[in-house]
Amino acid sequence: MNAPNPRAATTGMCARTALLTIEGLTIEARTGTGWSEIVHGVDLTLRRGEILGLIGESGAGKSTIGLAAMGHARDGCRISGGAIRFDGIELRTASEATRRALRGRRIAYVAQSAAASFNPAHRLIDQYAEAPVLHGVMRRAEAERDAAELYRRMRLPNPGEIGFRYPHQVSGGQLQRAMTAMAMACRPDLIIFDEPTTALDVTTQIEVLSAIRDIVRRFDTAAIYITHDLAVVAQMADRIKVLLKGREVEEAPTRRMLAAPREAYTKSLWAVRSFVRAPRPAPAPRATPVISVERVSAAYGRTPVLEDVSFDIHRGQTVAVVGESGSGKSTTARVITGLLPPSAGAVRLDGEVLAPRHGARPRQALRRVQMIYQSADTALNPKQRIREILGWPVQLYCGLKGKAREARVRALLEMIELDPDRYIDRLPGELSGGQKQRIGIARALAAEPDFIICDEVTSALDQLVAEGILRLLDRLQRELDLAYMFITHDIATVRAIADEVVVMQAGRVVEKGPKDAVFTPPHDPYTALLLASVPEMDPGWLTRVLAARDRAQP
Amino acid sequence: MTASILPLSAARGLRSAPFTARFGMAVIALYVAVALCAPLIAPYGETEIVDAEFMPWSAEYLLGTDNLGRDMLSRIIYGARNTVGIAVATTVLAFLAGAALGILAALRGGWVDQLLSRLVDVLMAIPSLIFKLLLLTIFGTSVLSVVLIIALVDSTRVFRLARAVSMNIVVMDYIEAARLRGDGTWRLITREILPNAAAPLAAEFGLRFCFVFLAISALSFLGLGIQPPTADWGSMVRDNASLISFGDITPLIPATAIALLTIGVNFVVDWMLHRASGLKD
Repeated sequence: MNAPNPRAATTGMCARTALLTIEGLTIEARTGTGWSEIVHGVDLTLRRGEILGLIGESGAGKSTIGLAAMGHARDGCRISGGAIRFDGIELRTASEATRRALRGRRIAYVAQSAAASFNPAHRLIDQYAEAPVLHGVMRRAEAERDAAELYRRMRLPNPGEIGFRYPHQVSGGQLQRAMTAMAMACRPDLIIFDEPTTALDVTTQIEVLSAIRDIVRRFDTAAIYITHDLAVVAQMADRIKVLLKGREVEEAPTRRMLAAPREAYTKSLWAVRSFVRAPRPAPAPRATPVISVERVSAAYGRTPVLEDVSFDIHRGQTVAVVGESGSGKSTTARVITGLLPPSAGAVRLDGEVLAPRHGARPRQALRRVQMIYQSADTALNPKQRIREILGWPVQLYCGLKGKAREARVRALLEMIELDPDRYIDRLPGELSGGQKQRIGIARALAAEPDFIICDEVTSALDQLVAEGILRLLDRLQRELDLAYMFITHDIATVRAIADEVVVMQAGRVVEKGPKDAVFTPPHDPYTALLLASVPEMDPGWLTRVLAARDRAQP
Repeated sequence: MTASILPLSAARGLRSAPFTARFGMAVIALYVAVALCAPLIAPYGETEIVDAEFMPWSAEYLLGTDNLGRDMLSRIIYGARNTVGIAVATTVLAFLAGAALGILAALRGGWVDQLLSRLVDVLMAIPSLIFKLLLLTIFGTSVLSVVLIIALVDSTRVFRLARAVSMNIVVMDYIEAARLRGDGTWRLITREILPNAAAPLAAEFGLRFCFVFLAISALSFLGLGIQPPTADWGSMVRDNASLISFGDITPLIPATAIALLTIGVNFVVDWMLHRASGLKD
């Protein structure tokens, strides 16, 4: 092969000195009886001012390697081999005092969930000032002035005042930016970003991304950017390293990696977004919809959350409901399932009005409307075996017992492509994330429903696994003529599977119609913003979008 | 296949148990054996007067005789049966009531929760020993009322724990799924919630057993617990306490029996909690 070694190419390209060198890093995790290796000899070089993207599925070792770059191993893990040199200091053999002097001062870390990482009992400014004051970089008063300056650069509202709030008084996207500002407090040489935008809405993500990129460039900080989202990493990183199960697959500068991935695994990651379902014929104009949401309003206590929401879902069709968190997508699902009685309006099932509360609905109505949850971890009882998880709804709804029930459970497992003999006696904890989600689907199918609500069913899964789930749902829809309501904030998923799209914002439907109509201009302004905020694989995308926004608002 | 694995993993769990837990389990096993086989190993009957009062230790009466001339060793052996048996019954009762109502309160919420919780608050606001003494003087001191009254007072603590644990479980999606499926309250409690709340409740069972056990002994010592002539460790300490002034340690033996079981149970509970929390080392 004539392809040049990417590492040789980049060393030639950039003459700057290496800031962080990791060689042959191995990390072990404790198992029941001993230690097993989870990172198998990874090399990594990072120069000053450079951003390296680490991507891979869950379990690839991205976060573990990111933490190891600070000389740290999580509880239950240990760094068992290799060298980690930060600016000439060997972190593995350095004393804890040496490492502590580096952390926060020269190496900083931004966690995935800022909401969970800030101490809720202290104001943002106290947490900001802690590291610089402790390391003797600046005094408290200077730190407060500096915080306001960095908050302004991170484009936080009221930069002079926001630091004096407590974490719960600030939104998720703002917290994530405040945490990035906090990481910059001592002007470190290296920041490790561990999925900093994964939990955010697309419209918020774009702001956090541009703020991070801005500040990292301004202070010439090197960064390791960990994510599983290829489009995001394409915007941020100079180089990308792909990891699989604790091993490096390949590494190359961003543009080359996107244009011409060498390894089969990388190509498969890139190809995920290619799944598009064949379009379904439109329903007959007079057909009665399976589910009809009619002018529904709802409130939590005195706070209105839904206002005049109407849409229909026809047999065999998929309606995607999109919008940011807080837009009322999940609340609509709660009204349909009867968990939250609407304050006005009604839900019809096959033309018949459903009782507002699920407790007042007949069992047959409950059977026909099923739900699949976002997190299969909390949706399956961890103490029940698959036999019972699937067997009970079969028994309850279809009255099958003994051998007939067992046969039906096995048939369900086959429908979701899991071998009954291997899986029927397992507990949910003994399954992978994708398998758990399949069991969630089978539990919904056990009721032989007409309509299934899929609440962000793929957002907690790796892309390859999510693709498998989408294909499965598609096949089941064709075979069983199911109607789906697909709640999601991922526009790529909507493009792949939806027949119709309902766009929601702040409890209202802002636009609805067939997918092609909604996704073709002219858009409602909010739909346009939503569509424009979805990251694309092109590395120049973020720059272009920001430039376009600046032009729009001079 | 599962059947052959289960005893194996239990045996492995036992082997990995620390010394304290093994000690605790040995103590519990010993007490259970003594309680079950009391008539076989006791040299004399429970209430049989065998000789003069306060006889010293001898080959005939290994631990001497008590204030009425009954054999001390026999009474200690029968005491295991009475004191431990009543304590187990009381704890089981407290758990059945407390756990069921606690889970129900968490599951239903709203006024059911308010009513039960405030009621429990009121019961917990009264110092428990004084409350038990008061109720015993009102209802009399039969074994049944001792069991019921201690169970009632202690079930409030179980209620609190069961409710707190269940609050974290009822917000899970699988409970929502079960509700949407139309599952009844009984099934929700027994099949969906209880299996997930079992570990902390089991640990609390051990601790609660110690408290109940001590409460029975304390009440007996005060004269309101298990009544004579039934052999009971608490009242045995009281009846023979005067011997201590003569340098005889015999009354300390039932007291030690109480202390030993309490410590043994606590060792086992510590170990179970440690395992349930998933902590290593």
